[in-house]
Amino acid sequence: MATQATTLPRPMAPASAGVMLPAFTLWWREIVRFYRQPTRVVGVLASPLVFWLVIGSGFGTSFRSGGGPGQQHYLDYFYPGALIMIVLFTSIFTMMSVIEDRKEGFLLSVLVAPVPRTAIVLGKVLGGTTLSAVQGMIFLLFAPFAGVHLDPVQVLLVALVVFLVSFSLTALGFAIAWPMDSSQAFHGIVNLFLIPLWLVSGALFPLTGASKWLQVVMRVNPLTYGVAALRGLMYPGADSSFPLPSSMATLVLFSMAMFGLAWLMANRRTTRPAA
Amino acid sequence: MVSKVAVLADAGPEVEHAAAPVISVQNIVHRYETRTALNGVSFDVRPAELFGLLGPNGSGKTTLFRILSTLMIPTAGRAVVMGCDAAQDPASLRRQIGVVFQAQSVDAKLTAYENLWHQGHLYGLRGSALKKRVGEILARVGLADRAKERVETFSGGMQRRIELAKGLLHHPGVLLLDEPTTGLDPGARRDLWQYLQMLRDEEHVSVLVTTHLMEEAERCDRLAIMNEGNLVALGTPTELKSEIGGDVIMLDAAHDASLLADHIRARFHVETTVMGNQVRIEREGGHRFVPDVVEAFPGEIQAISVSKPALEDVFIHRTGHKFWSEESETVSAVDKKDKKKKRR
Repeated sequence: MATQATTLPRPMAPASAGVMLPAFTLWWREIVRFYRQPTRVVGVLASPLVFWLVIGSGFGTSFRSGGGPGQQHYLDYFYPGALIMIVLFTSIFTMMSVIEDRKEGFLLSVLVAPVPRTAIVLGKVLGGTTLSAVQGMIFLLFAPFAGVHLDPVQVLLVALVVFLVSFSLTALGFAIAWPMDSSQAFHGIVNLFLIPLWLVSGALFPLTGASKWLQVVMRVNPLTYGVAALRGLMYPGADSSFPLPSSMATLVLFSMAMFGLAWLMANRRTTRPAA
Repeated sequence: MVSKVAVLADAGPEVEHAAAPVISVQNIVHRYETRTALNGVSFDVRPAELFGLLGPNGSGKTTLFRILSTLMIPTAGRAVVMGCDAAQDPASLRRQIGVVFQAQSVDAKLTAYENLWHQGHLYGLRGSALKKRVGEILARVGLADRAKERVETFSGGMQRRIELAKGLLHHPGVLLLDEPTTGLDPGARRDLWQYLQMLRDEEHVSVLVTTHLMEEAERCDRLAIMNEGNLVALGTPTELKSEIGGDVIMLDAAHDASLLADHIRARFHVETTVMGNQVRIEREGGHRFVPDVVEAFPGEIQAISVSKPALEDVFIHRTGHKFWSEESETVSAVDKKDKKKKRR
């Protein structure tokens, strides 16, 4: 019988899990969850191609007479923009899982674990980044059909740009999703702010042809630098308003700012219910 | 209300009196935007105790659970678990506790093993030690043979057991459970409670469990009964029931219950409580009282019942109304519907 209430010696867990192990395990979960849902995998592989072909072909024949984007065929002009769009959609929408996790209760069990919030942000954001960057790189396989032929160094640079854009947008998605309790509201924000952001990033039409106020908007839009960097790498001949190093630097800054924002959101502790 | 709570003697000699409390809830107040969920609640949970937090829906027990599990900071007051303050030192507190939520927190797309492997990483366990521990805990909850199957294929009872395994994986000294038997059939419910008792006896884990079910509350070592954000009673189930004098007599009034109550009070000098069309009386020797009261008011009483006091009577005794109000009754009806759905 229990005649004393002293606790038995139990194997103690290490004092703290640190940041990397929890971040790794959260990243791993994002990846496993992704490939266990076959429809998501199909969507990731097929949607880029469909978007590019449908939008590109449609625009190409409709606006040929304008001759806007230089001498390029529109399908070629649109290629970098399509890649950014794919990355944008995947990055933002993978972070809808934050809302689902919160609703289902999974997030609660992470929040009561002795895990620094930095690890939660890092794990979730890198999970989303991986998925969207991989999707972006798969789309790169179609590059030869857009008249793009890259050497290994260029491929690496493109991969870096794709990673930075994925990371910053996923972090942004995390920051938006964290305080939300419904995915409908999340969709609302995405439609209101993020799709317009892509529309004025130089993905669909070049900066030079736009009106004055729109040019200002395009210049402060971080996505513009992603599109410009990709276009510069893919079509070295085409005139670019932004040199590659400055675009890269802008993307790095944007990534850090978005991660900081996500971190701040996740570190709020309040007197309001967490779920 | 709090001051009214009598600190009664301990249930048995097993409990060590001098031991510092494992959980100390000190005058906690919590307000949401428009309503007060907790209105100055205080109690202690002792080491290796199975402590129940009993209350109807909306009594504040889930709010208290959120505060103890560090998900929320209380508006005022302190919650201390194993010496760590929930508001000031959540990181240390989180290491001490295992938490089982009412909602499903396991990932249905992962296997049982993967869920626990993931959980172990969050607590800094890794490698072969983690592997061994996952195997151990899966065997403990009787799911070793289903380790490699996805949780989405599990029954409700099995999913609950995985939840419990998640909460216990890192050997916490304190286990917090929020209505853990929600949606379980009676068999699975009994299994879970037996397991909690075993944890207390064999591993000396202190368990705090919230519930709205009387029969579950009966199984606790000690109970805190909550109502509308206040602690209305604290003690062992036996103590709480013994404070009701003798038997509980319920009369169904044929006409006007409050009028009947007035008459009974005047005639027999007993305390009465009117609930709907019923009059409730606590009295020793209920069987002798019944013929007297029936004879005294012919035609006024439709039905009469005498019973030994149950925990529900403690609640009525302290609050003057039934455990389930109209609103919560509908909620429990929804619960039942859910259960039916699951079984189908």
